Amino acid sequence: MGRLLGGIGARVLAVLAMVGRVSIYAGQVLRHLLTPPFYGREFLSALMNIGWLSLPVVGLTAVFTGGALALQIYAGGSRFDAAAVVPQIVAIGMVRELGPVLVGLMIAARVTSSIAAEIATMKVTEQIDALVTLSTHPMKYLTVPRVLAGLVTVPVLVGIGDVIGIFGGYQVAVRSLGFNSATYLQNTIDFLEPLDVISSLVKGAAFGVIATVMGCYFGMNSGRGAQGVGQATKSSVEAASVLILAANFVLTGVFFSA
Amino acid sequence: MIRFDDVHKAFGANQVLRGVTLEVPQGTSMVIIGGSGTGKSVLLKSVLGLVTPDSGAITVGGKPAMAGDRDAFLARFGMLFQGAALFDSLPVWQNVAFRLLRGSLKRPKVEAREIAIEKLRRVGLTPDVADRFPAELSGGMQKRVGLARAIAAEPEIIFFDEPTTGLDPIMAGVINDLIREIVVEMGATAMTITHDMTSVRAIADRIAMLHGGKIRWTGPVTDMDASGDPYLDQFIHGRAEGPIEAVR
Repeated sequence: MGRLLGGIGARVLAVLAMVGRVSIYAGQVLRHLLTPPFYGREFLSALMNIGWLSLPVVGLTAVFTGGALALQIYAGGSRFDAAAVVPQIVAIGMVRELGPVLVGLMIAARVTSSIAAEIATMKVTEQIDALVTLSTHPMKYLTVPRVLAGLVTVPVLVGIGDVIGIFGGYQVAVRSLGFNSATYLQNTIDFLEPLDVISSLVKGAAFGVIATVMGCYFGMNSGRGAQGVGQATKSSVEAASVLILAANFVLTGVFFSA
Repeated sequence: MIRFDDVHKAFGANQVLRGVTLEVPQGTSMVIIGGSGTGKSVLLKSVLGLVTPDSGAITVGGKPAMAGDRDAFLARFGMLFQGAALFDSLPVWQNVAFRLLRGSLKRPKVEAREIAIEKLRRVGLTPDVADRFPAELSGGMQKRVGLARAIAAEPEIIFFDEPTTGLDPIMAGVINDLIREIVVEMGATAMTITHDMTSVRAIADRIAMLHGGKIRWTGPVTDMDASGDPYLDQFIHGRAEGPIEAVR
């Protein structure tokens, strides 16, 4: 029993220590974000990788989710004569929750893993040391451009995902469930409020920062060899996914608990 | 002059450096030899601030290493890493001109590219290599690109970390000759880590042997064979029998 409690205690302490290290790292990112030099070329490259190249996976995820959501709401709503609320529920469901969360998780899968693996490989092959000897701070050159790109592009991706998700629901509702096109669109527009959209974009920004900071942190702190790179990649995606879901809960509370 | 004064460094329970004291006179090519895991790379990295010693002092030109303007300090150094450590995402010329494209030594892009191509020629690579990516090059070519990057900003001090590891004997000979030529031509101070005794004889003015976390022997390369030190003798002749345990 004592050994079990000791093991649990050690695990809790390890998690708390990691939370502390990640917090310190995030603070350092913020400090470097506000001080020159700024590497514009690396920022543009990160914008392309995180934003533009994520569009296909974000679009496909959103369109299928929106379509499935319309089917589920129609089927479930029919049980108590509420099938007509499909446009409203799809819109609010996509914009407030599913859009930001699914885009966040897709970014964690696609971008966090890629950042962690790339930086961890750079560490293993001494490229990070080489950067330092070439008078270039790795935090400024590798981390800051990626975090800033995540902050800027993920809200845009979330906005696009929201629209595509609603479009997916619209297509299913109009083509398969017999909804009138104009009425569906009018109901969607009438029901959404500015706060819904704002909360979606703010969540996107928060998730973008979480996804990129986790990728950079675990990459920079990876162990040696192929196993170290693999472990860093796995840990970064796990941490980013859990933090995104936790942040989603907190932000939902902040925006809609009243 | 680079001076190490009673430098200690441990990684957890592993005490790697146990009081290293060594002087590398200006304009000298010093080669550090010693078994694997004896702390040779740690010694070099300590000078550049990549590793922080637990105690002791390192001075460069009489001033503490890494004191004052960090960029200005590092601009005095060039380093060739064991695996070349080229940046995969950049073409060769941008790797070579990395320091010249940003920071205090920044030059116009056209000029930086010209310098990069000139340095590539200096290490025996043709200009068509400039636009290729590191992954498209052989190991020997990557080492030469790494060497070109190390000398691109004409540093006063150059570090070479196992410059011939993984190369065939002919390519190793080419790299050794290049290092010797460049160091003499630039009048730079050089510190090289190697296990390759052919490299030692080709590159070194002086050698220092690191063993047990301390400098076991140091002196001119010409005195190496008659040192009378059993540890150095065993190492340079590659004997399994002797005071250095073969299994560590």
